[in-house]
Amino acid sequence: MTDPSHLYRLLYLLRRFDETVLDNFPRGVFFGTTHTYLGQEANAVGVLSGIQPGDVVFSNHRCHGHFLTYADALGHNDAPHALFAELMGRATGVCGGRGGSQHLQWRNFYSNGVQGGIVPIATGMALAEKRKNSGAVAIVFLGDGTLGEGVIYEAFNLASLWGAPVLYVLENNRIAQTTPIELAVAGSIAGRFEAFGIPVDELDSSDALEIMRIASKAVDDVRSRQTPRALILHTCRFGPHSKGDDTRPPQAVMHLREVRDPLGIHAPRLAPEKRAAIELEVNRLIGAAFERALADPFPSLNQ
Amino acid sequence: MPSVLSSLNSALHRAFAADERVLLLGEDVLDPYGGAFKVTNGLSAAFPGRVLTTPISEAGIVGVAVGMALRGLRPVVEIMFGDFVTLIADQLVNHASKFHWMYSGGKSASEEIHVPLIIRAPMGGRRGYGPTHSQTLEKLFLGVPGLRVLAPANLGDPGGLLYRAILETEAPVLFMENKLLYLLPVMDEAALADFSLTPCGEDVFHLALRDAPPSILTIAAYGYMADLARQAMLKLAYEHEIFTELIVPTQLSPFNLTLVTDSLQRTGRLLTIEEGTYTLGWGAEVVARAAETLGYRLKAARRLAARDLPIPASGPLETAVLPGVDEIVQTAKTMV
Ligand SMILES: Cc1ncc(C[n+]2csc(CCOP(=O)(O)OP(=O)(O)O)c2C)c(N)n1
Ligand SMILES: [Mg+2]
Repeated sequence: MTDPSHLYRLLYLLRRFDETVLDNFPRGVFFGTTHTYLGQEANAVGVLSGIQPGDVVFSNHRCHGHFLTYADALGHNDAPHALFAELMGRATGVCGGRGGSQHLQWRNFYSNGVQGGIVPIATGMALAEKRKNSGAVAIVFLGDGTLGEGVIYEAFNLASLWGAPVLYVLENNRIAQTTPIELAVAGSIAGRFEAFGIPVDELDSSDALEIMRIASKAVDDVRSRQTPRALILHTCRFGPHSKGDDTRPPQAVMHLREVRDPLGIHAPRLAPEKRAAIELEVNRLIGAAFERALADPFPSLNQ
Repeated sequence: MPSVLSSLNSALHRAFAADERVLLLGEDVLDPYGGAFKVTNGLSAAFPGRVLTTPISEAGIVGVAVGMALRGLRPVVEIMFGDFVTLIADQLVNHASKFHWMYSGGKSASEEIHVPLIIRAPMGGRRGYGPTHSQTLEKLFLGVPGLRVLAPANLGDPGGLLYRAILETEAPVLFMENKLLYLLPVMDEAALADFSLTPCGEDVFHLALRDAPPSILTIAAYGYMADLARQAMLKLAYEHEIFTELIVPTQLSPFNLTLVTDSLQRTGRLLTIEEGTYTLGWGAEVVARAAETLGYRLKAARRLAARDLPIPASGPLETAVLPGVDEIVQTAKTMV
């Protein structure tokens, strides 16, 4: 799992998938809108690539990277195609075109587009696994902006009271749509968890290996103690919130791309030829998945 | 002709200029972004300090706005997508809309409690946003005592409706804006060409084809569905020689049936149209009241609405779930 080539391939797959989504949106091939994972790929790869088959993942609106990594870990042989097809509203999509970009479900992976509500749900899933003695844990992703929703604090309290085996992964990209964290989050993020007796790990890195190390320890701990934990990952959003709505100065985003690119950070661990080969393979795969999805049929209501 | 969007936007600017007690709370409402649908564009620049961009805390900000309204301000809250009104239901249903009646018992008029609060939210589908960003949920709030539900159309003066609500209301108002209305031009008499438009009171419109034979069907529709109904009226008239009249209310709750019953005295047939789901919707109430009022003189009634399903993201599925012009025409044909 920590094979550097494999990690690079995943990071690159996530990147190319979402770049392809953004590039092709103006063509009108996708429905609705989308939230890309550009810049945050190391989080999904670091947290989810070691996941066990029974574990449950709940993701939010920015779910492509989480889904593709989960699918890869569980051996889905056609996930990029299924996700393109979902965004294109095709019958072959992850949810047959019903959900679109932010409403996915496959095996033990779920995502939903309303901020906050998934956090108690993931907590309940964790409690269900605990009652079943399955040994599985739940992992739920939330953004810094979602710290505004009150229901998450009810969930933290319940999780701590009842010992839910859940890992809260807070992806802090310091922005929510256009709102910088300074205008939306008062006080301490870690303190929010600590107030409920939930232990917190915190990392400011875009290195998939580093994230993997801290995340796998956290997951092991949740699994063995059967209690909640939080993992705060400070990260950077490279793209717009959805499609063309980035109000940050372009130089600021450019700077983030230079110093915090998960691909750039991981790349030196591979020989250049190896990297080139991986990139070629992934580009072909993405291109083919996109074209295949585009040729797939639309669903009908009776299906 | 201005669009519905610019009509609403300029109404906000005018309301802010007219009354210093007006302020606005919402997510991502500051310039240059100006809100997810740009209804608040330019407002924070023009009125610094009176546009509060908020954390993602729908229940909290509505509660805070209720408190501000109780203590003499006139807050307007923007909910980014109407789907999230479920998150504010407690503040509206169990707090804001009860206060006036509950607290005012045994008081003189000057001691009565008022909650002048406006909640604006964009509703509706047909943009592929999928199940959590496309719904038409006002039906959940119809019939809540003490709560007014308004829905502008692209007729008359949608901005004026908002302006009056902000400055004149003493009770909480849910102001439901269909997303597809935003970019439509507000239709005046000239733009409506084939139709005669009669505003009846401030908030209800009556549309009929000019110089047409007597109508045999009354259509009642609001918001964006009223525009689709108008298109269907033309098809019904020119392709099927079925003449209809259209009633477009902008206040859904409490609902005033007068204009519908006036029209039904002439036609005897009622078709209601809405984008919310079919079961237990707005149309059910309108039809029930029409039946209570007209008795056997109501010869036929049907409701057209979205299927009782979540709104799918996929375009063809979404089209199949939501009512469109052709379905209006087909349904009307079965009634005459
Ligand atoms: C209840 C609710 N309110 C508002 C939104 C609209 N919305 C979608 S994503 C988003 C910003 C989320 O910010 P954050 O939690 O930091 O996640 P990020 O987008 O940065 O990944 C907003 C306001 C929503 N989906 N749900
Ligand atoms: Mg964020």
